[in-house]
Amino acid sequence: MSDLSYVRTEMLEQKAPPASSVGLVGWLRANLFSSVGNSILTVVTLFFLLSLLASMMPWIFLGIWNADSLSHCREIFAERYGDSTEYACWAVVRDRWDQIIFGYSFGNLNEGLYWRPLVGLALIILALLPILYPNVPRVLYVATAASLFLYPWLIWGGSIWGPLTIALCIIAGVFIYRFASRFMIMAFAMPVAIVGTALLIYFAMAPVAGALGSAVPIELQSVPSREISGFVLSITIGIVAIVASLPIAVLLALGRQSDLFIVNKLSTGFIEIIRGVPLITLIFVATVLMKYFLPSSVDLDPVLAVMVLVTLFTAAYIAEVIRGGLAALPKGQYEAADALGLTYWQAQRLIILPQALKISIPGIVSNFISVFKDTTLVSIVALNDPLGISDSIRSDSDWNGIVWELYGFIAIVFWLFCFSMSRYSLWLERQLQTGHR
Amino acid sequence: MTDTATEIDRSKMQVSDEVAIQINNMNKWYGTFHVLRDINLTVNRGERIVIAGPSGSGKSTMIRCINRLEEHQQGDIIVDGTELTSDLKNIDKIRSEVGMCFQHFNLFPHLTILENCTLAPIWVRKTPKKEAEETAMHFLEKVKIPDQANKYPGQLSGGQQQRVAIARSLCMKPRIMLFDEPTSALDPEMIKEVLDTMIELAEEGMTMLCVTHEMGFARQVANRVIFMDQGQIVEQNEPEEFFNNPQSERTKLFLSQILGH
Ligand SMILES: Nc1ncnc2c1ncn2[C@@H]1O[C@H](COP(=O)(O)OP(=O)(O)OP(=O)(O)O)[C@@H](O)[C@H]1O
Ligand SMILES: [Mg+2]
Repeated sequence: MSDLSYVRTEMLEQKAPPASSVGLVGWLRANLFSSVGNSILTVVTLFFLLSLLASMMPWIFLGIWNADSLSHCREIFAERYGDSTEYACWAVVRDRWDQIIFGYSFGNLNEGLYWRPLVGLALIILALLPILYPNVPRVLYVATAASLFLYPWLIWGGSIWGPLTIALCIIAGVFIYRFASRFMIMAFAMPVAIVGTALLIYFAMAPVAGALGSAVPIELQSVPSREISGFVLSITIGIVAIVASLPIAVLLALGRQSDLFIVNKLSTGFIEIIRGVPLITLIFVATVLMKYFLPSSVDLDPVLAVMVLVTLFTAAYIAEVIRGGLAALPKGQYEAADALGLTYWQAQRLIILPQALKISIPGIVSNFISVFKDTTLVSIVALNDPLGISDSIRSDSDWNGIVWELYGFIAIVFWLFCFSMSRYSLWLERQLQTGHR
Repeated sequence: MTDTATEIDRSKMQVSDEVAIQINNMNKWYGTFHVLRDINLTVNRGERIVIAGPSGSGKSTMIRCINRLEEHQQGDIIVDGTELTSDLKNIDKIRSEVGMCFQHFNLFPHLTILENCTLAPIWVRKTPKKEAEETAMHFLEKVKIPDQANKYPGQLSGGQQQRVAIARSLCMKPRIMLFDEPTSALDPEMIKEVLDTMIELAEEGMTMLCVTHEMGFARQVANRVIFMDQGQIVEQNEPEEFFNNPQSERTKLFLSQILGH
């Protein structure tokens, strides 16, 4: 046996990989031409892609940006290219982009007002930074709180004292809560504070805001809800729905898991009812039919109604996504949290939700993306989303007959927003990666 | 069975007269299934109790009742003078006094090792963060993994994770520790490192209740072995007596199965 024994004393050097498995050639071979079938598929697909591009590229890049109307565009095409082929008439985008983006209220009818939605958007981005990125200074939460009151003011206009008084009432509410929780348990202090705040807003707001307004008038030209349109409308509804739906969804998901009978049934019922009805029906019912049921003195703000509905709708869907995340957590996590003496809410906030939400990120962001695109459904209650505006641009005799250019522009803007959300979610998932599990 | 050759220091391992846990006529059902029947158990401070028994005999259920991870339906459990009732205040008080280690460690995968250890002291005991971190490092050194403090649980081996889990419990400065099969999800090599940590804990006089199949550990550390079957405590005795001179037929059968090969 001894002549069979063999002990290596020195380890061999690593060799370079063969040329066919590295570099461009290696990549092509591995990914596109790995077998006969695969090679055929690659060639056929390339052929279709190229012919598609060949027909689209001239239309896009030979299009013109400088013209007064569609007929003017056509004259230029005939003159420049000699044939009757159609090219893109981007001039319509150049002429009307601000209407599509800012809507009628802030678009080219009121050019001086661009700054309002722009400042609003900047404020929102600032407000979202500390929520979206972990390393941003926490001071920016001030912007988050401020934007809750300043953004509506920038969009709807009117006196600044209205939103500011509401903010004051809410701050007062927080003090009521602090004060009340000295005498009673949280479950009672909370409703007391909420009722107190509501009463303050109901009784004190109008006189206080009025008094302040007449003393120090700071006003913006007010914009009726119906006139808010274009991407300003889509983004406003979208952001409200996205920001407000997440906490509601978390509560609904927890409610559905709860052992408390009433909480459980209410959450389940709410989720199932909302999910069982198409969004378009909900919007229609809320704005059109509600008018018949409400006393005529109540003036239902269509934008507000749509915001509330879209928020609830999104919340119901996201609640189910989060429930999936909660169900995916091993029971041991709850037990470990309990065994350490954490209370229910501490365990949820520190242990359960961070993990459940992390698992649910892709699902949640998909819902955000789809709700942002669904904001175009508001056209059913005669609000002007970007598509509605493109319709009315087309009905102008100058641009009658234009289709693809406007849709293309709107699609690109939507795509930019949705794509950023999707990239952000990928980035976040990578950030939250903490080793294999 | 892993043999721990280390000589152990019995100087501090003294049992006092003070009662740590008192269980009287405790019964528990899952639906109609009677899992725990008439459990009576008194544990004094400083006792190290090993609970053995066949699978499904209710060992886990019994120790989980002690910190209310499971609810008992009859009888009473008094931990450290506080009776376990549905009163949340009592439950929280007992849970912060009683540490528990699980078979599958149950570390929080989204937090670092250090954060795992400081979480409960900060939120439950309201310890300042800096102090909590110092305590955590102290216990991580004790379980011999201070250098892993900033890693995540997913990056540690099973044995290391279980030691972190022990350190995490210790950070709450518990007076009683419960272990539910702390080594049965581990490879043989890692079992020793976890058992060594537990032995060290015993040497410092911690009151311990330990469900385990490590009979070497039981012989060496325990001052009482409890044998359970079908939801009942069938036999309890000092380790030497228990292993050399078992009384009931059921215990003999169990011991022959577990020590036989
Ligand atoms: N949530 C539950 N619902 C119903 N029955 C349960 C539940 N948990 C445990 N049981 C049953 O109770 C009995 C005791 O379970 P327990 O987990 O306490 O056993 P064990 O002694 O710890 O066993 P093992 O050594 O396998 O861990 C078993 O028969 C089990 O099937
Ligand atoms: Mg068990």
